[in-house]
Parts: sequence; structure tokens; C-alpha cells
Amino acid sequence: MIATESLSKRFPRVTALDRLSLDIGPGVTGLVGANGAGKSTLIKILLGLSPATEGTAAVLGLDVATSGGAIREQVGYMPEHDALPPDVSATEFVVHMARMSGLPPTAARERTADTLRHVGLYEERYRPIGGYSTGMKQRVKLAQALVHDPKLVLLDEPTNGLDPVGRDEMLGLIRRVFTDFGISVLVTSHLLGELERTCDHVVVIDGGKLLRSSSTSDFTQTTATLAVEVTDSDTHPDGTRAVREALTAAGAKLHARVEDGLPGAGHILLVEATGEETYDLVRDTVADLGIGLVRMEQRRHHIAEVFRTADAADAAAAEAAPEPAAVQPAQHAAQHAVQQKGGGRDAG
Amino acid sequence: MPAELTTPQGTDPTRIHNIGYRSYDGPRLGRSYARRSLFSQSLRGAYGLGRSAKSKVLPMILFAVMCLVAAIIVAVAVAGPGMTDLPVKYTRYAIVMQAVIGLYLASQAPQSVSRDLRFKTVPLYFSRPIERVDYVLAKYAAMASALFVLTATPLVILYAGALLAEFDFADQTKAFAQGLVSVALLSVLFAGIGLVMAALTPRRGFGVAAVIAVLTISYGAVSTVQVIAWEQGSTGAVEWLGLFSPLTLVDGVQTAFLGATSAFPGGEGPSAGSGVVYLLAVLALIVGSYAVLMRRYRKVGL
Ligand SMILES: Nc1ncnc2c1ncn2[C@@H]1O[C@H](COP(=O)(O)OP(=O)(O)O)[C@@H](O)[C@H]1O
Ligand SMILES: [Mg+2]
Repeated sequence: MIATESLSKRFPRVTALDRLSLDIGPGVTGLVGANGAGKSTLIKILLGLSPATEGTAAVLGLDVATSGGAIREQVGYMPEHDALPPDVSATEFVVHMARMSGLPPTAARERTADTLRHVGLYEERYRPIGGYSTGMKQRVKLAQALVHDPKLVLLDEPTNGLDPVGRDEMLGLIRRVFTDFGISVLVTSHLLGELERTCDHVVVIDGGKLLRSSSTSDFTQTTATLAVEVTDSDTHPDGTRAVREALTAAGAKLHARVEDGLPGAGHILLVEATGEETYDLVRDTVADLGIGLVRMEQRRHHIAEVFRTADAADAAAAEAAPEPAAVQPAQHAAQHAVQQKGGGRDAG
Repeated sequence: MPAELTTPQGTDPTRIHNIGYRSYDGPRLGRSYARRSLFSQSLRGAYGLGRSAKSKVLPMILFAVMCLVAAIIVAVAVAGPGMTDLPVKYTRYAIVMQAVIGLYLASQAPQSVSRDLRFKTVPLYFSRPIERVDYVLAKYAAMASALFVLTATPLVILYAGALLAEFDFADQTKAFAQGLVSVALLSVLFAGIGLVMAALTPRRGFGVAAVIAVLTISYGAVSTVQVIAWEQGSTGAVEWLGLFSPLTLVDGVQTAFLGATSAFPGGEGPSAGSGVVYLLAVLALIVGSYAVLMRRYRKVGL
């Protein structure tokens, strides 16, 4: 689907891509990296819209430097930013975009109706887009990327700005784009946790360099972390600290630092989950201390944190082979249980 | 393949109405078709067609005014006893109606290009087979065509009226043809200026103001200075001052080449010799507008 060879993109002040070599096959591939890692730059090059400084890239077997138009006819693109005019309806807009992709008028209308239905827009598609929720706008953006039945779609941060439910819906939709529609997907995110559940393969880049490229099953064993938030009580004025001490005493592994800049970050404990027993341990520990449990959920990782965890796990793996069983948390994480492990063989 | 990774949505019984995905095997008409589609969508949009009812109001009113005034002139010509020609020449009509044309351009040029920039829709176009040049050409041609519809339709009404009043057929046809050439030139020139102003000022109000300013203020200033120059007896200055506003440029070209009577003070329009300079200036502005638009969209990456 996508092959790059020593691909670099240098701007006057920054190197956005640094000798990146990738080989991405059919399926859903996640492209993960922090902000500024070069994800959007790579997509622009793949669409043939921005010349690479050096190296080569091919999409669907076509050279991006010479066959941009042919690539764009077969590829869909969903930008990370807002891109929709507020004063037209989703139907009108997507029909127009279908024609811009070369579909004859009748086909453009039919495909628009189908595609909007597939992304879950029904009656509202006749109303002006200006009145839509963020989730609905994201669906319209996805629809315009799919309307011409491309072979591959490039989705740039499609979950950005969505609430947790909206995220899960969007991720489910992205999964279906491949499983039900047969369209391969390259989807970017700065959160690894959400992509590992959706993708067959994940590529991690940082500073324009390839950090890691592997099938998702490799990641899942090392990235399960529970975020735990507790209340304070009279006996334990600092509930978070009390729980941390109790859990450490009980032998649980806690991550030293939580993500910076999150609201209430200081009150969130990150506990490495080794299995269902971790959930029970946390629940019992909190109950024994007589403290209220605000929430406990499987964590979406910030990319930097993943590597701390992954490094730690790699070190651990050298001593003892980790249990292959994937984390199957109890009812706490029911909403995350949609994922089924074991299918993450390298799709390339 | 990872079929076993299917999320529950795939088999969700509540999606029973989902008849499944159908792939598209039909024709893909490619770049020139996409460019034509963008042209027709933009041209229709310039009259509010395919847009909200509200956005039809202003362009339709302005179009109606352009036609209505022509109809009144025709009525005068037909009813008036002993008339041998239209009271307003074909080449003069656009100059008389310049405020309406200016208002139309100021309202529609921003809606044609600024919207795509402001709402960042441009990247969605460029992620498709069309190239920057297709986008610019389609938008430019659509705006010029919209202006031509606005300025040529009243000329058709005038011509029909002139034939109805049984004015000299050969004279009328020649003058009508010259009028059409003149408004075609005006349409292309004004479209370029309007689109450049609009594309450089994506914020809506500013775009409208910029177009009005460039057209009206330049015309007002040039006319005023021309009157002063004429009163002081420097007719040569009158002739060259016309180079500095879009409308007086058109006036100069049509005076020199299209049998028009100049609207300059004292009718001191350019001769055929200096008319060449006017024509070159108009062509330079058109090419320049196109070049600025191409530059403008080079910066609009994804
Ligand atoms: N047009 C540009 N000019 C200069 N620098 C750019 C340009 N586009 C992106 N960059 C820089 O390249 C790096 C990668 O950007 P980007 O691909 O947008 O990252 P991501 O999408 O992963 O957040 C960033 O440091 C960014 O500032
Ligand atoms: Mg980005």
C-alpha cells in the first residue's frame, strides 16, 4: 500500500522526516507520534502535495513525485483540522466532493447517500453542517474521504476533539472501513492506547524518525495501565498517597510520574496492570482504607509514557517471559472489552 | 487477515437496515471533469443557486436591477416619439451601472474564494485529482462568467428593445457586439481584481470592503482628479489619468477600439495610439491577478 525509502523532509528550521523507511501493507495501520513528530508531513508527501527533500515514496505502487494525481484519485484524505463550510448540508457538500474526485453526477449522489449512512448520518444530513456536533462533523469529514470508494484512506487524527464515547465510535467506524468496506486505512494519533485496539499494525515515529513498527499484539502486553482516582477521607487526608503506599506495599507496580498538564493529574495513580488480579487488588486496597473510588479505567497512553513502560517491560522480559495472556479486565473496563486479542498478526 | 478483529458494530443487530457496503466500479472522470464541476458549482453559487435561500437574495436583486434599468431604457426608446437610437449606448451601460456591478462583485467574490480559505476547505480540493491551476482557473472563470451574465443580459434586453423600436439594424448589431466585447473584458478584469482582494482577505467583512474600496475609491479619485485637470486645461493628463482605475481602464479601451464615447471629462478618452497602453494595462492586470491567485494558493498546504 505504502512504501517509503529513506524519506526525508527538511524545513528551514526543522527536519520533519528523517530518513524514514516504511512498508505498510493492507489493513488498518496506526501512525503514532507526539505533536510535531511528522505525521501530517508524511501524509502530505504521500498525497503528492509536498515534495520530499530526499528519498522516495510510493502509494499503491505509484511514485508520489510523479503520479500525485493518479494517487489522489484512488486515495481518500481526512484532515486533522476543521474543513467544512457551515452553510451547506452534509449531502450537498459530500456530493460536491464526490464530483471533485471524478464521480459522474448520478454516481456522486448515490455514493453520498450510501456513505453518509455508513458513517451513521441519517436525517441530519439535510441540515446545514454548522449545526452539527463535533462527532457529526468528524463523520462528514470521514464520509468525504470515503465517498469515491478509494483503495486507501489517510486519516489525520480523526479522534481529535472527541469525547470518550465519540472516540470509541469513531474507532469502531475506522475498523469497519477496512473489515466491511475493504478500504485500507492509515490513521494517525498522538495516543497509542486508542490505536492499538483498532489497528493491525502500529508505526511509531518521533522527531521524524522511525521508532518502532510492529503488529499490535506486540504492544498490548506492555501497555496496560490502570488510571485510578480516589477521594480523600478524614482518616486519610491525602487519599492518593495512602493508596499509593498501600499498593506499593502489596507489590503493585506504580508509574512514578503521571502525564503532565492534565487536569487533576496529581490525583491520578497509574498502576501497571498484570491481569484481572490488579483490578481486584486496587478495589480491595481502596475499600480497606475506607476511601471512595472515583474511577478506575484502562489508560490511553501518552506516547512518551509508553516507552517508559515498554523499556521497563523489555527489561523484565529478559528475566522472565511475560505471561502471554492479554489483559482481560473485569466489568470495570467493559467498554474497552470490544477488542479481541490475537488477531494482530502482521497484516503486511 | 485480521477478520477476527471485527468490532461488535460489524454484527450489531440494530444495524439490520444496513444493506452493506457497495464498492464503486463506475467511471472516474478525472481532472478536467472535476475542474468543470468546480466551475459550474462556483458559477451557480455566484447567484446563490445550490446555497441557502438567504444567499440568493442579494445577487438576484442586483441582477434584477441591472435588467430592470435596461427595460426602462427600452420602454423610453420604444415609446418616445421620433427616437432613432437608444438613449444609453451599449458601451455606456456598465459605466452607468457601476455601483451595482461593484456591489455584486464585492458580495460574491468573497463567498467564492474566502469561504474555502476561511473554513479550510481548500485542502479537501487539493487532496483530489485537481491541481492548484485547476482550482484557480475554475474559480476565475466562474467569477468572470457570473459578471458577464450580470453585464451582458441587460445589453441583450437593450438590443431586443432597439430591434423592437426598429432602429437601424446594422448599426445596432455592431454596437451591441462592441458592447458585448467590452463587458467581457470588464468581467475578466473585475473578476481578477475581486478574487485577488477576496483571497488576500479571508475575513468576510474585510473582503467586501476591500473590493468596494479598490473599485469605487479608485474610480472616484481618478474621476475627481480628471475633472480638476480638465478644468485647468491639461487634457493630456485627463487621457493618462484613466490608467489608474479599473473602470476608466475599460472606458479607455472601449473608447479607443470599440466605438464608445468616453465618459472622461470632455470626452477626452485615449486615441487608438494611447489606447494600446490601456489595453496592455488591462491585460497586465488580468495576468497579474491570475499570478497572485496562483501564489496565494501555493501557500495553502494541507
Ligand atoms: N510548512 C512547514 N514549514 C515549516 N515547518 C513545518 C511545516 N509543516 C510542518 N512543519 C514542522 O515539521 C514538524 C512536523 O510537523 P507535522 O508533520 O505537522 O507533525 P504532526 O502532524 O506529527 O504533529 C513540526 O516541527 C512542524 O513545526
Ligand atoms: Mg499533525
